[in-house]
Amino acid sequence: MTTAAQILNQFQATGVETCFHDRHIEPQIYAGLNGSNWSIKDYEARGGYQALRKVLGQDGAEALTQDQVIATVKESGLRGRGGAGFPTGLKWSFMPRQFPGQKHLVCNSDEGEPGTCKDRDILMFNPHIVIEGMIIAAYAMGISVGYNYIHGEIFQVYERFEAALEEARAAGYLGNNILGSSFSFQLHAHHGFGAYICGEETALIESIEGKKGQPRFKPPFPASFGLYGKPTTINNTETFAAVPWIIRNGGPAYLACGKPNNGGTKIFSVSGDVQRPGNYEVPMGTPFAKLLELAGGMRPGRQLKAVIPGGSSSPVLPASIIMECTLDYDSIAKAGSMLGSGAVIVMDDSRCMVESLKRLSYFYMHESCGQCTPCREGTGWLWRLVDRIHRGDGRPQDMEVLDSVATSIMGRTICALGDAAAMPVRAMIKHFRPEFEAFIQKKNPQAVASA
Amino acid sequence: MISEATKARFAREVAKYPAEQKQSAVMACLSIVQQEQGYVSEASEAVIAEYLGMPQIAVHEVTTFYNMYNQQPVGKFKLAVCTNLPCLLRDGGKALEHLEQKLGVSMGETTKDGLFTLQQCECLGACADAPVMLVNDRNMCSFMDDDKLDQLVDSLRAVEGKQ
Ligand SMILES: NC(=O)C1=CN([C@@H]2O[C@H](COP(=O)(O)OP(=O)(O)OC[C@H]3O[C@@H](n4cnc5c(N)ncnc54)[C@H](O)[C@@H]3O)[C@@H](O)[C@H]2O)C=CC1
Ligand SMILES: Cc1cc2nc3c(=O)[nH]c(=O)nc-3n(C[C@H](O)[C@H](O)[C@H](O)COP(=O)(O)O)c2cc1C
Ligand code: SF4
Ligand code: FES
Repeated sequence: MTTAAQILNQFQATGVETCFHDRHIEPQIYAGLNGSNWSIKDYEARGGYQALRKVLGQDGAEALTQDQVIATVKESGLRGRGGAGFPTGLKWSFMPRQFPGQKHLVCNSDEGEPGTCKDRDILMFNPHIVIEGMIIAAYAMGISVGYNYIHGEIFQVYERFEAALEEARAAGYLGNNILGSSFSFQLHAHHGFGAYICGEETALIESIEGKKGQPRFKPPFPASFGLYGKPTTINNTETFAAVPWIIRNGGPAYLACGKPNNGGTKIFSVSGDVQRPGNYEVPMGTPFAKLLELAGGMRPGRQLKAVIPGGSSSPVLPASIIMECTLDYDSIAKAGSMLGSGAVIVMDDSRCMVESLKRLSYFYMHESCGQCTPCREGTGWLWRLVDRIHRGDGRPQDMEVLDSVATSIMGRTICALGDAAAMPVRAMIKHFRPEFEAFIQKKNPQAVASA
Repeated sequence: MISEATKARFAREVAKYPAEQKQSAVMACLSIVQQEQGYVSEASEAVIAEYLGMPQIAVHEVTTFYNMYNQQPVGKFKLAVCTNLPCLLRDGGKALEHLEQKLGVSMGETTKDGLFTLQQCECLGACADAPVMLVNDRNMCSFMDDDKLDQLVDSLRAVEGKQ
């Protein structure tokens, strides 16, 4: 007899489209995956946990000191893959290693930035790479307890990660006296349950503490006041996943496969109007045009119109500008946007920018945690304005109002969600103003046509 | 009331946190209750509050803050379709409309036979799989074109004897 669970299983993604294809370039994190080789034996066969052995001095050579591990990560040029691009080695060096109480390590797998779906494939198909990266980080900072906070919507991934944790414990990689050394580290999984804001690191900490996820003021940064009020280092899933390769191959090798100040590979989640949406791991500094080609290019007969290069919070760039960019923090920033989480949302010439902005504005209004007035009121106001323009009820002064509401949110809120809501609005107006004005002057062309 | 089996599941979650930080397990406990009972009732909140040694209002704050907790009973299958922009560009909106027609309900409603509740939701973190839909919080269904949506709904109806 078939059960409901069996039926639902038939619709589960296999990863073939998004992860197991030969269109990565020199992959490090996604290399050699096929969906059935996620478990510990397969990971070890791919060279897994060798970096940890090296760090603990179990490969015949001397153990690395904490300072050596941090120095290697600094040398690699690894920057946080969660979106802000903060140098990882530097962040690790902020941890007060001599702090007498409990310190914590947290992995941010709350991937919820519209367009981003890379951490899900890492955790589902290569969970041990994240576990190994976290153990090494914990060693470097002298931390004995860690949590991985996993987006509540990807529950199957949470279960997979818990299974991988069990394997790692059984193999002696996690727990007391790891591989017979004096170093101990306990790691647990924690799941969210539907709140975009919990991806913000201090909201995430509140959430692990069993509260609603409302961001805290920074500073103090988690490095000094984090989980349970104790020093805490938080990194993104992909950031931790990069660490084993860096330890095995050295900092300079990692830096060499990217660009100066932009070391390593980066996974880009390509969504929207391309023929083959999916995750693509490529060296930092790869031309955007190359990524577009890997993703199958545009659909026949369609032209590229615009790209949101780093998740929905990053400013949109018109085709002419993005086609000149390379994919690294510096190039995209110079073009006026952000590399962010690496979520590349592609839009072709059939797309209406007013409608697109309307949906994004709805999202930010829906997900504002409500703590700061400019964000709570401003996101609602932005959505109502864009909705009104889209319905054909826009007023001539609405463009100015939109711009001024967005401007007055920016820099006046506790967390970056306020900015994330405002930046897309300003970029849309900057690059696609005539499209908005056409809606205001002519009223909604669709409404007129169907009237 | 909460069974011993459920309590064992709670205990497994509580064990992840320091003894004086049991409250950290509240999200997991609430989701366990929701999986077993379909929603989070006030009575469940009270039991969890007592189990974790926290005020009931603090539990309620968590239930109401996070989008996925059902504060009311829902249909046997809660279908949450992502309509955020990346999905919208790949027929996420169309999938929602198709289900509205197929099930004869509007977004947010439950079918008369109590089988399906239809919702729109925000990014599920599976954007390249669009159209995507999350069923009962725990089952991600990918590449849901109209044919697959029909197949899913028809099969679930059949298995529940409501063809
Ligand atoms: N991956 C995703 O799903 C999403 C990613 N984002 C990204 O998040 C970014 C914003 O994140 P924030 O955490 O607000 O950025 P931030 O710039 O405040 O911090 C970045 C990291 O560096 C640390 N840091 C910065 N200065 C520090 C200091 N002086 N001392 C100690 N630590 C310090 C912070 O603790 C944090 O871990 C945006 O750029 C956006 O791209 C936003 C939404 C979702
Ligand atoms: C509204 C908001 C949502 C965020 N969501 C995420 C997220 O889902 N995943 C993530 O890694 N970082 C997210 N961040 C960034 C984190 O606050 C933090 O910078 C990051 O986890 C640090 O890790 P990294 O240095 O390895 O990038 C978000 C930030 C904001 C303001
Ligand atoms: S900016 Fe918005 S989401 Fe961030 S703390 Fe303020 S109200 Fe909450
Ligand atoms: S936008 Fe729909 S899953 Fe991300």
